[in-house]
Amino acid sequence: MSALVLAGGQVLADGVIDFNVGALGRNFWSLTVSGLTYGSIYALVAVGYTLVYGVLRLINFAHSEIFMLGMFGQYATLMLLGFNPSGDVYQQGVLLTIVFLAVAMVGGMVVSGGAAVGLERIAYRPLRRRGAPPLVFLITAIGASFVIQEFVHFVLPSLTGNTLGGVNAQQPIRLVQPATQFEVFGARVSNVDLVIVASALVLAFAVDRFVNATKFGRGIRAVAQDPVTATLMGVSRERVIMLTFLIGGVLAGAAALLYTLRVPSGIIYSGGFILGIKAFSAAVLGGIGNLRGALLGGLLLGVMELYGQALFGTEWRDVVAFVLLILVLMFRPTGILGESLGKARA
Amino acid sequence: MSTELTTTAPAAPHLGVGDRVRLWWDALPRQAQWVVGVVGVLLIALLPVLRPPVLTTVGTDFGGVLAQFGMYALLAIGLNVVVGQAGLLDLGYVGFYAIGAYTVGLLTSPSSPWNATDDWLSRDWAWLAALPLAVAVTAVSGLILGTPTLRLRGDYLAIVTLGFGEIVRLLADNLSTVTGGGRGLNQIAYPVVAQSETRPNGIFSAGNTAVPFNSGTFWFWLSLVLIVVVLVIVGNLERSRVGRAWVAIREDEDAAEIMGVPTFKFKLWAFLIGASIGGLSGALYAGQVQFVVPTTFNVINSMLFLCAVVLGGQGNKLGVILGAFAVVYLPNFFLGRTELFGIPIDGNAIANYRYLFFGVALMVLMVFRPQGLFPARQKLLTYGREVYVMARKAATALAGRGAGTAAATTTDRPGGAR
Amino acid sequence: MTQPGGMAAGSEHGDEHLGDPGRANRQTPEQYLPDGGVEPPAAFDVADVHPELADEAVVAEIVAPDRDIRAEVGEPLLQMQGVTMRFGGLTALDAVTFDIRRGEILGLIGPNGAGKTTCFNAMTGVYRPTEGQVVFDGKPLGKIKRNEITRLGIARTFQNIRLFSDMTALENVVVGTDARHRTSVPGAVFRSKRHRAEERDALDRAMALLEFVGVGKRATQQARNLPYGDQRRLEIARALATEPKLLCLDEPAAGFNPAEKVELMELIRKIRDDGYTVLLIEHDMRLVMGVTDRVVVLEFGRKIADGLPRDVSADPAVIAAYLGVPDDATA
Repeated sequence: MSALVLAGGQVLADGVIDFNVGALGRNFWSLTVSGLTYGSIYALVAVGYTLVYGVLRLINFAHSEIFMLGMFGQYATLMLLGFNPSGDVYQQGVLLTIVFLAVAMVGGMVVSGGAAVGLERIAYRPLRRRGAPPLVFLITAIGASFVIQEFVHFVLPSLTGNTLGGVNAQQPIRLVQPATQFEVFGARVSNVDLVIVASALVLAFAVDRFVNATKFGRGIRAVAQDPVTATLMGVSRERVIMLTFLIGGVLAGAAALLYTLRVPSGIIYSGGFILGIKAFSAAVLGGIGNLRGALLGGLLLGVMELYGQALFGTEWRDVVAFVLLILVLMFRPTGILGESLGKARA
Repeated sequence: MSTELTTTAPAAPHLGVGDRVRLWWDALPRQAQWVVGVVGVLLIALLPVLRPPVLTTVGTDFGGVLAQFGMYALLAIGLNVVVGQAGLLDLGYVGFYAIGAYTVGLLTSPSSPWNATDDWLSRDWAWLAALPLAVAVTAVSGLILGTPTLRLRGDYLAIVTLGFGEIVRLLADNLSTVTGGGRGLNQIAYPVVAQSETRPNGIFSAGNTAVPFNSGTFWFWLSLVLIVVVLVIVGNLERSRVGRAWVAIREDEDAAEIMGVPTFKFKLWAFLIGASIGGLSGALYAGQVQFVVPTTFNVINSMLFLCAVVLGGQGNKLGVILGAFAVVYLPNFFLGRTELFGIPIDGNAIANYRYLFFGVALMVLMVFRPQGLFPARQKLLTYGREVYVMARKAATALAGRGAGTAAATTTDRPGGAR
Repeated sequence: MTQPGGMAAGSEHGDEHLGDPGRANRQTPEQYLPDGGVEPPAAFDVADVHPELADEAVVAEIVAPDRDIRAEVGEPLLQMQGVTMRFGGLTALDAVTFDIRRGEILGLIGPNGAGKTTCFNAMTGVYRPTEGQVVFDGKPLGKIKRNEITRLGIARTFQNIRLFSDMTALENVVVGTDARHRTSVPGAVFRSKRHRAEERDALDRAMALLEFVGVGKRATQQARNLPYGDQRRLEIARALATEPKLLCLDEPAAGFNPAEKVELMELIRKIRDDGYTVLLIEHDMRLVMGVTDRVVVLEFGRKIADGLPRDVSADPAVIAAYLGVPDDATA
């Protein structure tokens, strides 16, 4: 952050970073729309971070790879359905397209959800049994992150006859061709935007109801607040932990499909990393451990990031996101809505 | 209390190789330790000259691999100060490495607008002059990053530093009028010394490929000297109020604060020292390769450095050097190999898969040996050696007197029994 | 921080960190030998290392270099002035006012959840009072940092032992002595004269303190390998090493058997006789009555009694608080 200021002082004079306020003003609404679509995706991934953190006090660093696996999951599902990454644009009609998208999303959810639960089983559970300190969990998560990435990078191609994984991004399967549907304040809203925001809203509502209004959700909240008492009250901590990983994974899988609609060429082994950090930032922004905070933080980050992009230029987009994260942590370490799912700071 | 004495003595002590080495080392008199240390360093320095067939790499120049190991060893020592000693998880350490390298690059590369070699810096000595500047700039960047973030909780710190590492790389990539963007900076200065007919640009030039005394060998020797210097500094810090404060913070920050440790101040020092060492390593890198590009400083490299520290044993200065060796050497060992012990292998593929293997290694290690391969209990007292030596003498003397003494020593009065 | 929740009493050796998952309490699969691999416990005697420390008078001199603090016995050293602590809707302390006088052993007692530990935390700067203030040695502790408070002269131990478990006993105490040292990074790197002098001083004083509390034999053992009782004693030594004017002991006898309690009482008296002022939080009434000069009783965050142990133990309000007699019977 400070590096930007440092460099900025020197560099602004050279005109390297242009403050393009005009661009921000002109495109304000279209940036907002586009930012909301990105934000919805961040929000869905952020839920995974926030739930796991709330219950385990663990930054599941490998969650970004769970998301990445989801992208491959939905892609593989589409291939199984007979779609080819030939570069052709499929014209299936609205209804059929939605059905196919839904099936692909389920495919992504299954892969991501399964991977998340598997990760918990294989990597984290043995550590919990041994009562390892947080640092050990984090390093394990980093290790798992390596393993998953490299699995897709090197092993998956040989398992699938070079159709999936490898060094290069997957050729996109063009199921949906972006087309403007209507305009809001001069901003064009495309079918892709609609699908992303609508799906994200439905899923966010569902998960919010699940956590706040069902028996399972009550278990999650109980464990987040006080694991010892919750266990004494008959809540199975292990089951709750599995459940949170599952929910986080499933949402990441859904987000993966939405993300590939937005960025069709983003399906690559390294494609989860940056998005994961941003989603985590979103979770922190809203108040980590706080479900609604994650949703709000995601939307906010998505929008801010695009405003920043318009202001400074596309190449500064990621910088804007990270600087925002650092600023939030400095001035409001508990996020916008506070850390309500978990207990107060120790 | 006397009743409890017996309960703590660990049952049959199990000694691993590391324990035996440490036992032997601790038992040596100081002079002997010096002799062993000097001989050890000399033997290591001879590696690129002797190029023992068992160790030598096939696919790349062994001297170059050792030079890279030297830089990674410095990085591991520096990161160990932050992660191993003070317990602050820094996932963006590569950022400091980048700042060190880019400082040298910006000052000495002809493609940089801030190139000073046509100006007030002689090209022959530019690298050496830029080295302390690089360290200073990195130290300041450590201070700038640390001041606002070191008040954060541990896991938040990890993510913020990760963001920092990524920001540094993005800056290098985006500020293209200054840093050359993705093209990077080329023709970075290196020390031009010992020019000869066979080595027209001196021994440190990348053009010096006369094995075994090629540039890699000389850079390895240079980094070896720096490693020894840094080890002495870090060792002095460890055996002082500073090192004790770090360990206390790592173990229980609140308790440390309540015991009068100015925790923030010492965390900041740890950050600053770690950053400086990272910058030093970066400056070495820039000089050796004479070329910097942003992709070299991907955040994934941070994870590799962390891997070296965790593998070697957090807190153990020598252990993390071995960790760095494993991280650098193992992939290079397999590179270009088609068979090992008569078994045909695809060495290049194995080298390519290194992140996969390191990832698995990290996960397995965290379950079975979270303290790393070479855990060491740090020595935190400047004059502690005297205490331990005397404790040992007392122990052996008493052991000689027979079993009955155990009862005598349980009296609470210090001088009462004897 | 220290919630008197599920781990209040009877914490046994090893499980005192249960409530504090953030602690770096590594569970090492194998026990490594302390340095050198030689097991020193039964065999190590300070007299072999520092022969001069065999003399108790010398030990006492090193432990308490500030003899003159006894001069003003009876003056208030620390004053709680209407201290109120609220956490959300919960009032943990309600306008608590009392003094700690120089040279005395003050007992702070009360039933579970009476606010003793909160009171303690407010004194040592862990919490900031919602209302009122704590005045130490004439200075209000308003915004002073916790480590500065230690340097002003308040030291404490913890109810659930919080030693630096990877360090040796000696190193733990040396961390305490460091509170009075000024060497920073430059001094340590260049091994300045002051650094070397401070290191010598640290070693000597730490060794003497270990002797003083009776764990000298275990100087080179890792703190986590010490028996429970010695860990408690080591905490006292570490706190004393900061050269406090006021030593606060938070349930130092928790988990002790009667014989150990007697020894602890002796130690506390010895500490007071060396010129320290002691604040003692304790459950065990016999220990409190046996060792303290004065007792303050808290109940539900309010002070209900303040006086000599004999008078307090006869106070009907106190008896009611402990035995749960209905309010109307005592009023």
